[in-house]
Amino acid sequence: MNAPAAARRPEPLTTSTFAVEGMRCAGCIAKIEHGLAADNDIATARVNFTTRQVRVAHLSEIDPEAIAERIRALGFEAHEAQNERPAGFTDESRKLVLALAVAGFAAMNVMLLSVSVWSGADGATRGMFHWISALIALPAAAYSGQTFFKSAWSALKRGRTNMDVPISIGVVLALALSVYETATGGIHAYFDGALMLLFFLLGGRFLDSVMRQKAQDGITALLRRLPNDALVLGKDGTTSRRAIDELAPNMKLLVAAGERIAADGVVLSGESDVDRSLVTGESDAEPVVEGSEVLAGTINLSAPLTVKITGVGNDTTIAEIARLMESAGQGKSRYTRIADRAARLYAPAVHSLALLTFAGWMIAGMGLHASITTAIAVLIITCPCALGLAVPISQVVVTGAMMRKGIMVKDGSGLERLARADAAIFDKTGTITIGRPLVTAGMPEDATERAALLALARTSNHPASRAIVCTLGDSIDAAEASALQEVPGKGVCGIVAGRKAMLGRPDWVGSSGHDGSGTSFRLGDGPVHHIVTEDQPRPDTVAALARMQRLGIGCTMISGDAADPVARLADRLGIEGRARMRPEDKVAAIRALEESGHHVLMVGDGLNDGPALRAASVSMAPSSATDVGRQAADIVFLGDGLAPVPMAIAAARRTMAVVKQNFAMAVIYNLFAVPLAMAGFVTPLIAAAAMSGSSLIVVANALRLRGAAR
Amino acid sequence: MNGLAILIPVALLLGLSGIGAFFWAAKSGQFDDLDGAAMRILIDDEDKPDTRE
Repeated sequence: MNAPAAARRPEPLTTSTFAVEGMRCAGCIAKIEHGLAADNDIATARVNFTTRQVRVAHLSEIDPEAIAERIRALGFEAHEAQNERPAGFTDESRKLVLALAVAGFAAMNVMLLSVSVWSGADGATRGMFHWISALIALPAAAYSGQTFFKSAWSALKRGRTNMDVPISIGVVLALALSVYETATGGIHAYFDGALMLLFFLLGGRFLDSVMRQKAQDGITALLRRLPNDALVLGKDGTTSRRAIDELAPNMKLLVAAGERIAADGVVLSGESDVDRSLVTGESDAEPVVEGSEVLAGTINLSAPLTVKITGVGNDTTIAEIARLMESAGQGKSRYTRIADRAARLYAPAVHSLALLTFAGWMIAGMGLHASITTAIAVLIITCPCALGLAVPISQVVVTGAMMRKGIMVKDGSGLERLARADAAIFDKTGTITIGRPLVTAGMPEDATERAALLALARTSNHPASRAIVCTLGDSIDAAEASALQEVPGKGVCGIVAGRKAMLGRPDWVGSSGHDGSGTSFRLGDGPVHHIVTEDQPRPDTVAALARMQRLGIGCTMISGDAADPVARLADRLGIEGRARMRPEDKVAAIRALEESGHHVLMVGDGLNDGPALRAASVSMAPSSATDVGRQAADIVFLGDGLAPVPMAIAAARRTMAVVKQNFAMAVIYNLFAVPLAMAGFVTPLIAAAAMSGSSLIVVANALRLRGAAR
Repeated sequence: MNGLAILIPVALLLGLSGIGAFFWAAKSGQFDDLDGAAMRILIDDEDKPDTRE
């Protein structure tokens, strides 16, 4: 069942990978796999549900774009992935899980041998058990400790210290001492302690890395939002399809209705409406005439245009946004995770205590061997197990809880940063609002008129027409219409049952008293219906914003839209709104807030929010966002409401509270354990019991977070 | 003691073979698509050869 079906033909096959959006269930997997494999030129198709990708083995003569088209025909949004992300386990997780397996196996076996020693084996038997332990422990520690040794070494080389330094020193010293003890027939060996330490810590690391990749979704290539080729009008009047990288300024493009524009340019001829939402975040289509500027990545809606190219590739607005995103990510990289901050205090403290113990015992005249033994016992018992587990285990438990509520956290540091947020900035279109206009008023009541209206609206790609079709939906059948034509920049007209029907701009349809916004409809010489379409806020926006206020977070709405609709919506929601914000203005607004000492949470969805999402301390995006938005955000939430935003903040704050409790427990534990170790009372048995005990307490405390996402 | 001489190597060998199996599984992509594996059990296989006589 899991094996891909054997290739049907011996021809050479090429493998392409596609990122697919919209897979939700087993039915989707089967639909894609069977749907693609049914074609004769495709040998196998294999869905990876975790990474939302499909790997297709096909004949080399078919173009990957054609396959993407077939996947779209099956009802899923797909585009070719440029590089296949290593599926499921990234290399890092894979290394960690193997190291964890080795450490676990070795720790268990050595522990069995140690138990025999503790329960009274002595003489030759004890010697043999110690040697066997050494035989297991040394290679196992060499293999599974690599992560720590490497990172500790690179920190020391740069004259810094991190959590891995005390761990590595502790493990290496413990092993060295144990080998020495074994060789000289001593009674105490710490093989089990060293391995258990590695095992617990690797557990923490592994959980951390699994969490980081769990919510990573599809691959983004910003410029893949552009079409692959464009229709170029040559000097001699012939047209040819050219790949996008062959375009150059001053070439003339022919852009059909419904096509994405491939480059920035100026309209030479034609009148149409352009959907600029991808780039500017504006929800209303913008009418363009001769001389208007158009941007790469926007969609030409209603009529063909001839465009003179002014910018291609790296000179387009879309590429500018990509560069802005790269430069905006500085604030996040400066954040130090709480575990590292703790390690900075912890490592020097532990090492000076161990040194102090050694010096103290030497002065007391106990001899070199006894002094070293005690000092190493101090290093082992102040085991950072609890510290190393405190953060990852809490974060893993809470991200699991959040995932069940449809909130996906990409990495633990995002949670930490979210817990500190004290100001929120929301993008309007697609974040506060649903992102597509809906009819709010003015629909005709009469059945004949409604049928005629549907007939006209169905023929146009304009957002308002789509909203009308959506409203009328399946409730009625469209009337028979003839002579349908779309008048660019004006609207649609046609003949229905011998009467002229018009749908479009109010002044064109013949209504007066409207400011030219909205859409009017008239059948014959009947009344003019002024249909108002508005992008509606998500259903629970008001409640979500109220909860944000209760959490002490001031909210602002920013948008690329015109001032009027922004102000209206802001008043309705009772928050501050700012209009006409370009991507760089959004970044500037966030920077200003950050510099005044706030930690900003940015919630946005569009390509135009990408830089802002990167610039803010922490960012969230709805799952309906463009893939750029999803990629730039730390946290992605599903569903139609805004409720996940305050929910995530509350959960993040509870997580940090539990993390701090865990740290406090680790400190208290050390306050008891260290004096005992320094006094020389600690045997390997006590060390093992104390270490596992403290780790268990930390894990148990973290499990209280299971219901934290509320 | 004689018993131990046999049992300890046997125990270690068994453990090692378990680890070996786990390494093989991780390297050969058994854990690459855990969510998908959970879903696939629900897919009706229509293209299974009919084995009934």
